[in-house]
Amino acid sequence: MVALVAEPLDELEVPAEEEGTGKHRRIRWWRGIVLFAVGAYFIIPFYAALRFSLEGSNGKFTLSAFTSIPSQPGFGAAFALSVRLAVITTVITMVLMVPTAVYVHLRVPRLRRLFDGITVLPIVIPPVVLIVGVLQVAPTVLKGTPDLLALVYVVLAMPFVYRSLDAGLRAIDLKTLVEASRSLGGRWSSTLLRVVLPNLRAALLSATILTVALVLGEFTMASLDQYQTFPVWIVNFEQDDAHVSTAVSLLALVGTWLLLLLITSFDRRQSRRWLRKESR
Amino acid sequence: MKVLGNRAKADWSAPLPAERAGASVRLSGLRRSFGPTKALNGLSLDIAPGELVALLGPSGCGKTTALRVLAGFETLDAGHVLVDGQDLAGTPAQKRDMGMVFQSYSLFPNMDAVDNVAFGLRMRGHAARARRDKAGELLDLVGLAVEAKKFPHQMSGGQQQRVALARALAIEPRVLLLDEPLSALDAKVRLQLRQQIRSLQQRLQTTTVFVTHDQEEALSIADRVCVMRDGRIEQVDAPADLYARPATPFVAEFVGTMNRIPGVTESGGVRVLGRLLAMRGEGTTNPGVPVDVLVRPEALSLSDAPGSDGRGIVTNKTFLGAVTRVQVLVEDGLGVQVDQPSEEVATLALGAPVGVFIAAPDVLTAERRAPAAFHEAPSN
Repeated sequence: MVALVAEPLDELEVPAEEEGTGKHRRIRWWRGIVLFAVGAYFIIPFYAALRFSLEGSNGKFTLSAFTSIPSQPGFGAAFALSVRLAVITTVITMVLMVPTAVYVHLRVPRLRRLFDGITVLPIVIPPVVLIVGVLQVAPTVLKGTPDLLALVYVVLAMPFVYRSLDAGLRAIDLKTLVEASRSLGGRWSSTLLRVVLPNLRAALLSATILTVALVLGEFTMASLDQYQTFPVWIVNFEQDDAHVSTAVSLLALVGTWLLLLLITSFDRRQSRRWLRKESR
Repeated sequence: MKVLGNRAKADWSAPLPAERAGASVRLSGLRRSFGPTKALNGLSLDIAPGELVALLGPSGCGKTTALRVLAGFETLDAGHVLVDGQDLAGTPAQKRDMGMVFQSYSLFPNMDAVDNVAFGLRMRGHAARARRDKAGELLDLVGLAVEAKKFPHQMSGGQQQRVALARALAIEPRVLLLDEPLSALDAKVRLQLRQQIRSLQQRLQTTTVFVTHDQEEALSIADRVCVMRDGRIEQVDAPADLYARPATPFVAEFVGTMNRIPGVTESGGVRVLGRLLAMRGEGTTNPGVPVDVLVRPEALSLSDAPGSDGRGIVTNKTFLGAVTRVQVLVEDGLGVQVDQPSEEVATLALGAPVGVFIAAPDVLTAERRAPAAFHEAPSN
């Protein structure tokens, strides 16, 4: 969110010699309005939530909503369940989608359009329809465990993951790299691990982030499957203590944002390490 | 293959003891179709150990498909690939021991030059130290020891292709496959690298197949040039023979510059520019057939003496160094190109009347194609 607001600010700076002309002043003025409107759209709810969560029942400032989070009934279990689902979903999604995307690009590139169409289906089909259908047909052994949710999340994550991988694969000369590796004696497994995956790092990273964010935020299916995941807990707990529930939402938002920052900075650090290696 | 020890700079002249000669290659009756297109249409070729053969032809002639079949990247509809007498049918690409250099962008972007070169050794389970040493030697051999820690995006196109060459040679391949390795480089680098590839290949005695559509490149680098067309071989010969005695009109016009001069067959030869010349090749032997006679610019000469084969006027002069290419308009719109020593034609003015002689003892004929007067082979 912060990044969204910060970028247009840079563009707003008009070179000194152009200042003062009526036309440019008008453009700056409009830009300011747009920027303010967009900023307000994001910041006002954020500010309202922050203020609400910092307000005690007597209207005075207090941190109790935040400090009491770990001791709230059900919070730990809900959070652990969401993290578990995120891990399972990410692993299954990657194991399924990476070889599939590589195979489609390498062997049947003419099917790329078809795959584009198929992978977008989970977005078109409403989650309610999907989960009701899954619950009808799922084997009993899976119905009794929250891991069924992970399997459904794999389907939900497919459009985002496939598109990330597709973009990453388009950016490299996959065919030549794979053939180079094979001509040098690389088996398929080592070609995938040592040549393809390292060059898809950015795509894998964004696919992972999208999957984790999706799982940590999904409400409809978890609620219909009657499991108390993190978002379900937030909604349920709101009836007990809206201040705490709002504080948890805020922390989740900030937490996700920090996670994003951490992963992208890790990616950048790695690029820098390559450069340092070169200068030695 | 043994590589000499650490040298600060590549020494292309140092002798290199070859521990083993390259492998022999036999391609026999290769057929491969892509839908209605016959990329390979019964191609057969024998390559001797240590030989460098260039596959030359226009795009779509099947040269790259032939190379990819050899590498194991394409399957065959029919035919056999034998290396040292061993049929490679069913041997996957990774077990063929063929080093391949691609047109471009084939270095692994996530690895530096050393790791790229050592990749094949790593796949063969060599110890880390051994493969680093060997990679270092190979980089030294291609003159890139200093760039060992650079990543592909930090190197020029020419450097990348030299690393790719070192990488392909590191596995001591039975056959080295080069798929237009120079086509993405600029002219000067292309010439240098061409010479380096040839010099390395001769020292290492690695059997090499070089695919190119550049006739100059093929003629200058190869022991033998194999000219391909429509999935078949038109002619395989040493560069000099291919140039001097092309077997077919296609080869004659694809390799070098060729004049097409209208003539008519007679018993005992073909009459062209008023003179009867012996015919060779597959052309018609029936008398009275209009044909085009194929003559190279250097097989023609100019004279102002009477009794020339044909008379015309100078329309253009192009200075090429030792020789000057003179364009002469001989009869009804027919222009021919004649190569003459530059000092002989220095004073020749445009519009001057000249006589044109055909100096060749025998000529190749092709079906009459009106009204083209000469054909310039593509130079790249």
